[in-house]
Amino acid sequence: MRLYAWIAAYAFRRYSTYRVAALSATLTNTVFGFLRAGVLIALWHARPSLGGYDVADAVTFSFLTQALIEPVRVFGGSLDLTERIRTGDVSIDLHRPADLQGWWLADDLGRAAFAVISRGAPPMIGGALVFSLRWPSPATWAAFAGAVLLAMLVSFGLRYLVSLAVFWLHDDRGIHAISLVTTMFLSGMIIPLVVFPGWLGTLAHALPWAALIQLPADVFLGKRTDLLTVYAFQTAWAAALFTAGRLLTMAARRRLVINGG
Amino acid sequence: MIEVDDVSKSFTVRRRTGRLRRSRTLVGAVDRISFTVAAGEFVGYLGPNGAGKSTTIKMLTGILTPSSGRVRVGGLDPSRQRTALARRIGVVFGQRTTLWWDLPLRDSLTLIRHLYRVDRSTHRSRLAELTELLDLGAFLDTPVRQLSLGQRMRGDLAAALVHDPELLVLDEPTIGLDVVSKATVRGFLTRLNAEQGTTILLTTHDLGDIERLCRRVMVIDHGRLAYDGSLQDLRATVDADRILIVDLARAAAPIEVDGARVVRTDGPRQWLAIPPAVNAATVVAAVAGRYDVEDIALREPGIEDVITRLYRTGVPI
Repeated sequence: MRLYAWIAAYAFRRYSTYRVAALSATLTNTVFGFLRAGVLIALWHARPSLGGYDVADAVTFSFLTQALIEPVRVFGGSLDLTERIRTGDVSIDLHRPADLQGWWLADDLGRAAFAVISRGAPPMIGGALVFSLRWPSPATWAAFAGAVLLAMLVSFGLRYLVSLAVFWLHDDRGIHAISLVTTMFLSGMIIPLVVFPGWLGTLAHALPWAALIQLPADVFLGKRTDLLTVYAFQTAWAAALFTAGRLLTMAARRRLVINGG
Repeated sequence: MIEVDDVSKSFTVRRRTGRLRRSRTLVGAVDRISFTVAAGEFVGYLGPNGAGKSTTIKMLTGILTPSSGRVRVGGLDPSRQRTALARRIGVVFGQRTTLWWDLPLRDSLTLIRHLYRVDRSTHRSRLAELTELLDLGAFLDTPVRQLSLGQRMRGDLAAALVHDPELLVLDEPTIGLDVVSKATVRGFLTRLNAEQGTTILLTTHDLGDIERLCRRVMVIDHGRLAYDGSLQDLRATVDADRILIVDLARAAAPIEVDGARVVRTDGPRQWLAIPPAVNAATVVAAVAGRYDVEDIALREPGIEDVITRLYRTGVPI
């Protein structure tokens, strides 16, 4: 267990060595927050109280979700593991007396922790300087933190599966494109899931991507106070994805042909 | 330390044969090889690209499971007890690195200490020792991405030895290194083997490594073990020709003498191959007597020639 804490700490340090990259990315996230807020303001002026949100909720949603982009990796994709599988460097990972999935989970949580600081705070601050955002109570902040942590686990579960797919696909561009579109659309990043009509809304709320953006945002905005249900939903998906990841890891080991090895 | 008994490994390769049709073919990478390596040995493992070297190594370290046969390393079954085995062996890939690119070398070594559960005081003394032997002092605190290839390789060697493994498996550890770095690495490996008794299995294309380091050589070719024995015996087994280099006074038709044949000409210079059974002195005398010779030199077969010939002919053990 201590090993994994060290891995996470080192991942945090590793990502923190690229401060200029983080700074420029967070600037972009903040600017896009204003663009999206503009679009959503127009939408809620045309359709007030759409999906149970008011204008202040919609604006807060824009900046909050911009802040979550990097912590939960809303652009989907995979882990650095993909590149290591493609180049064959994964054979080094497989020679280590450690669990591959646990190793990369720790690494990803270290990355996410740094992302919360470097990429999470600036869009919220930027938004708050211009708009009056809806700020939650301390208790809700705590509940939100729990939902974000679970969102990170679900996000890892999804991206770990995408990463391992390279063992079979040899080219990861197609699956990355699919991952990008599904994650952006079904997480509520493009349009809040509360706006999705009828069965599409129901379906989107039942899929794992809802756990990444929509649920943490709803907890933040106080729309969801049934915390146990929210946490249970996220935990269930995280567990299911972990199990799938475990099975896929075992299958990958069995069929292993290390590229360029 | 290592027991390999009648081990084969084949891979299924799918090929597109039509628009949708695919055929499966079974490609044998390793074909019924057997060998043992005793504790404390320093063994060279040679073979051309695609001969099955990497496959053998991956079966020894447990990341590939043999299709048939039995592998034991340090008494363990590698593919079933991979993690337990990983704690007792060290692996270095010359073309890859186990170090963290963005972190100082020292931090990578600390993380590896946790990976292998080495306690702090043991690690401190071991690191001091490795730092001295591999001359790491100057760059312990430099991020790995800024290290030269030679420095990185020394760092990787240190990383593989943090947990004091009984067996060290090296896959082309001197690839791309300059002469000085090669000498450092070779000197270190010799001491490691002699003083600590670490068993070392070395695969390489650099025959200089083999000549300087290994008392025993195994050659694999087309998935089969083509030779297993000492380097001297290998030279004797594979009868490589000696080469006589003759500088004539002027360019001429290929020299014709009994017992040797011209293999190359370049203006007045000609190269003659002399088979082991022929007395070189006779050939030299014949050439000098019949041709207008300016200079003459005899070259003994190098390890390269021996190996090249072995790869081509595949002399059985």
